[in-house]
Amino acid sequence: MLRSDYNRIDPKRRANLDHRKKQFADPAYKDTTYPHRLNFYAVPPTADITLEQFEQWAIDRLRVLAELEACSFRNKSPAETATHMEPLIKKYLPLESNSSSSTQLSAQRQKDHYSHFILRLAFASTEDLRRRFSRVETMLFRLRFNEENSKERKDFINNLSLDWEEVSTEERAEYAAQLAALAPFRKGVQEEESWFKVDWERVPDLVETRRVFLKAGKAYVPSKEQTSMVVAEFTQRLERALELTARALPRLDEDDRLTPILDHLSKNFVTPDASYSSSTSSVPGADISARNIDALSASFPLCMQSLHKSLRRDSHLKHFGRLQYTLFLKGIGLNLEECLVFWRSSFNKITDDQFNKDYRYNVRHSYGDVGGDSNRRGGGYSPFSCQKILTEHPPGPGETHGCPYRHFNLDNLTALLQGVGISDGAVLRGVKEDKENQKFHMACNRVFEYVHKKELKRAKDEGVMTSAQLETIVHPNEYFKRSYLLKNLGKETTKTEDIKMEG
Amino acid sequence: MPHSVTSDAPTPPNGTDSTMTDATAQNGDSQAASARNPDDVAMAGADTDASNGEGSKEVKLEELFADVDSDDEFPSSRPAEQKTPSSSSLETPSSPENNGPSLSASDPELMRTFYQRLFPWRQLFQWLNHSPTPTNDFGHREFAFTLQNDAYLRYQSFPTADLLRKDVLRLLPSRFEIGPVYSTNPRDRKTLRNSAAFKPLSKELCFDIDLTDYDEIRTCCDKANICDSCWRFMVMAIKVLDAALREDFGFRHILWVYSGRRGAHAWVCDKKARTMDDQKRRAIAGYLEVVKGSSQGGKKVNLRRPLHPHLSRSLDILAPHFQTDVLAEQDPWASEERSDKLLALLPDKNLNASLGAKWASSPERASTAKWADIDVVAKAGGLAKDQADAPRRLLEAKQDIVLEYTYPRLDIEVSKKLNHLLKSPFVVHPGTGRVCVPIDTRDPDALDAFSPLGVPTVQGLLAEIDRWSGGGGGGDDENDGDEAGAEVKQEAGAKSMQDWEKTSLKPYVEYFRSFVVGLMKDERDPRVKREREEDGSMEF
Repeated sequence: MLRSDYNRIDPKRRANLDHRKKQFADPAYKDTTYPHRLNFYAVPPTADITLEQFEQWAIDRLRVLAELEACSFRNKSPAETATHMEPLIKKYLPLESNSSSSTQLSAQRQKDHYSHFILRLAFASTEDLRRRFSRVETMLFRLRFNEENSKERKDFINNLSLDWEEVSTEERAEYAAQLAALAPFRKGVQEEESWFKVDWERVPDLVETRRVFLKAGKAYVPSKEQTSMVVAEFTQRLERALELTARALPRLDEDDRLTPILDHLSKNFVTPDASYSSSTSSVPGADISARNIDALSASFPLCMQSLHKSLRRDSHLKHFGRLQYTLFLKGIGLNLEECLVFWRSSFNKITDDQFNKDYRYNVRHSYGDVGGDSNRRGGGYSPFSCQKILTEHPPGPGETHGCPYRHFNLDNLTALLQGVGISDGAVLRGVKEDKENQKFHMACNRVFEYVHKKELKRAKDEGVMTSAQLETIVHPNEYFKRSYLLKNLGKETTKTEDIKMEG
Repeated sequence: MPHSVTSDAPTPPNGTDSTMTDATAQNGDSQAASARNPDDVAMAGADTDASNGEGSKEVKLEELFADVDSDDEFPSSRPAEQKTPSSSSLETPSSPENNGPSLSASDPELMRTFYQRLFPWRQLFQWLNHSPTPTNDFGHREFAFTLQNDAYLRYQSFPTADLLRKDVLRLLPSRFEIGPVYSTNPRDRKTLRNSAAFKPLSKELCFDIDLTDYDEIRTCCDKANICDSCWRFMVMAIKVLDAALREDFGFRHILWVYSGRRGAHAWVCDKKARTMDDQKRRAIAGYLEVVKGSSQGGKKVNLRRPLHPHLSRSLDILAPHFQTDVLAEQDPWASEERSDKLLALLPDKNLNASLGAKWASSPERASTAKWADIDVVAKAGGLAKDQADAPRRLLEAKQDIVLEYTYPRLDIEVSKKLNHLLKSPFVVHPGTGRVCVPIDTRDPDALDAFSPLGVPTVQGLLAEIDRWSGGGGGGDDENDGDEAGAEVKQEAGAKSMQDWEKTSLKPYVEYFRSFVVGLMKDERDPRVKREREEDGSMEF
C-alpha cells in the first residue's frame, strides 16, 4: 500500500526514494570533509575531478607505494624507511597535520583520498594485485600513523568507533602483576597506562610476539600497542573492501576513458622480481655435476658451504636444509638427474628404498617435475634469495639452514669462517660489527671481497667486469656465479668473452 | 574403490562374493559387515570359535570348510599346539600370540584384526563429526593412508564411519593420518572447474613434540629411543602447553595422544580452534615457541625481561621438574665437556673461570651440585665487581637455562598450517606396535603415571582378547558353547561387549569417549540455539 504512494510524493524528492531511478538522479553527495589527517577510506569520493587529475594523482601515489615496497624488499628498518620516504612523500603526496597552518590541508587530503580509491580500482582485479596493494597501503598507513602526534592520533582512533573494551580498574588490579610484566616499567606513567581488552584473534601479531597478556581467549592490549591494532583493523577493512570492489568491477559502468588508465596503472606496478631466473645464474662452461659439487663448493656462499659441510659430516640434512640447498644447486645449473645422484650419494647411510620413499619426491618437486599443475608449469620453486633465507623459517634444533651471519652466534660463526680459511683479524672484526648491526648482507659481501681480493683487483684493472656486476650481492646464486667467474678469470680467455657478453 | 564409498547403506556380505573369494577374505568381509550390527561381538566371538558353528549360517559353512586356514588368519582362542601348519601358513605367521613380538606390527593380518575388532571407529567418527549424525565435518575430511607397500594415498574421504572402516579393512594401511575438512568433498576436487573452490576450512589445532629434539639435553637416550626418564620431558611439555592453551587461549577440549614411539601430539578440538586460519595458528605457535635456533646458534632461550606472564607461569611449573627430572635424573653436566656447555650459557666471565677451576678439580661432580655451585660461588664474590647488574644478569641467565632444559620443544611447522596432516589416534605405530593412545591429562597424577613403555601393543592386545574369559560372568575358554550363549543373552539384555573392553585398551577408549562426549555437548548447544533463532526469523 505504502509503495504505491511513492509516486505521488513531491516530485523533488522522488529521485531519492525510487531506488531504480536513484542512480540516474543527481548524486546527493555525502559532504566530504577531512577532519583528520589519517583516513580509513571508508567512504568513496563523489565529487568531480578531471581526467588529468585522475591519472596524475594515481601516478603520484603509485610512486610512493612502489618506493615503499622497494624499501621492504631491501629489508630496511622502519626508521630507515621513514627517512628514505620523507622527501618522496613531501613531493608527491604531502599530507600535513591539523596543527600545521597549511592552507592546503583540504586539497592534500582530497588528493590522498581520491588517489587511494583510483588505485583501489586499478588493483582490485587479481588476487595477487590485491594482496600487494593492501600490503603497501598498510605500510603507508603505518608510516603516517607513527608520525602522527599523540593527540590527533587519539582523536582519530576515537572517531573510528572500534569496539574495544576498556579494562576496568578492578580487573587491572586483579592482574596487576601480569600487566606490569608487559608494560615496560616507567615510574608514574604506569598509572596512566590504559588497557584494552579484545578477542585475541584480532591481534594475532601481538600474540605471536607475546606483547599482550592473554586470559581465557581475551587479549589485554597496552595503549602503546594500539598502533598494531589500528593497522590490523585498517588492513582487514581494506582487504574486505578490495574484495567487494573486485566483485563490482565487471559491472563498472564505464566507457573507454578510465579503463585504459586503470589498466596502465596496474601494469606499471611491476614487482622487482625477487625470483631468480636460471638463465642469468648459470655459468657458461662450468662442469656442474654431482661429482663436482665438492670442488665447486669452494665458490659457495657461507650459508651453502655450511650446509655442504653438515651434509658431508652427517650424511643427512633436515627438510629446510635440503630445500635451501637443492634450490641453490638447481640455480647454479645442476639438472634434476644430477641433483638426485648428488643427494643419493650424499645420504650414504640409508637404503635406496628409504631414499626413494622419503627424499626423491621432494627433490623432484623442487624442480617442478612432480606436484600440482602450477608447480610443474612454473618449473618448481625459485632458488631462495638472501631476503628469504634471512626472514623465513629460522633454523630450529638440529637444523642447519638459514644464514650463518644471522642465525649462528658469534663464536660459532667465527669458528665456521676460520674453518673455511678466513682468519684475517680485520675481516672477522668487520663481520662481527656487521652482525651486531644486523647488516648480514654486508658481512657476506665483506667475506666475498676478502676471499676474492686478488681476482677483484685484477678484474677491475683489466676492466673485465662492469661496476654493475660488482654491486652488493643479495642472492646466494649471484655469489656463486661471481665467485666462479672471478676464480676462472685467467684460465680460459674464451670464457671471458662470454662474461663480457653477459655483463 | 570409488564405488565403495558412494553406497550409503551398509551392504551385507553377498553370496557371490563369498564363494568367489577364499575363506579368509570372506571371513573378513562378513565380520566387517556384522560389526555394524549390535550383535557384532556375538558374531565375532562365534568366528573365533568357528569350529563350534554357532555363528551366522553363511559363515558357518565356510568356516567348516576352511577350518585350518581361518585359524591361520585369525587369533584364536584355541590352544597353540592344536595348530597344524598348512601350506599357506608357512609364509603367514600363525598367531600373534604365538609369535609374540617377532611378528611385525604392521603385518596385514594383524592390522586386519586390529582394525576389525579393536579400533574405536564410532568414537573416532563422533570426534571428527561433532554430532551423532553424519555431517560435512566428517564427510569432507581428508584421510591419508600409508599402505603396506609404503605408498601414500591422500585425499580419501568417507561419508560415514562404516565406509571408512570398510575401506581401511580393504586396504589395511599400516597407519592413517587425518587432515583438514575441505570446502568440498576431497574426492571430488579434480572435478571442480575452479580449483580455488577446493580449500581447507577447518582442522584441529595440532602440536607435535618429539623427543629427538631433546637429543642435545637428554643423556639417557638418543634418536628414536626413549625411556621413562626422558619421557619426563614430555610430561613437562604437556603440562606447560596444556596450561597455556587452557588459561591463556581459553581452549577446553585438548586431546593429548602418544605418538607410538617417541613423542606426543596435541589436538585442540574447540570449534574456535578448528576454524582458525594460518595466521592465527602461526600466532599461537609463535606465542608458545621459546626454544629457538639451531645447534650452531648458541644460547637458545633469549627472553625479554620482564618475563611474559605465560613464561613466568611456565617457569613455575617447570622449576620443580628441573630439579628432579633434569638435574638429578638426567645429570646433564656430569662430564667436563658437558659442563662447558653450561658455562657457555652463563654470562659472567669471572664466575665462569672460578666455576671451571672448581669443577676441574672434582671431576664427575653431579649436576645438582654444579647448579648449586653457581649461586655459592656467585655469593662468595665470584661475580665481576665492575658490573652492578651482574647478579640480575646471572639470575636471568639461570632462568633461561632452566627453560632451555625443560620448556617444550615443538615441531612448530605442524601447528602453523591448516592443511597439515597428523597421524590419527589409536592407529598402531609400525615400528613399535604400540597403539597411539590418548594420554589422560585431566588429573596430573595420571599424566605423571603415564609410561610410553607400558602402552599396549597390538600383538599384546590381540593376545588379551584370546585370553579373555568373559570378565567373570561368562564361561572359560573350554566352554565355548556356553560363552556364545551368554553373549547372546547379554546382547538381549541390551548390553553388548566390544572387543576393546576385554583388553588393556579399555581405559584409553573410555577416556577418549568421555572426551568426545564433552566435545559433542559443547558443540551441540550453540547449534540448537541458532536453529531456534533461525526458526524465529522464518516465522513471519
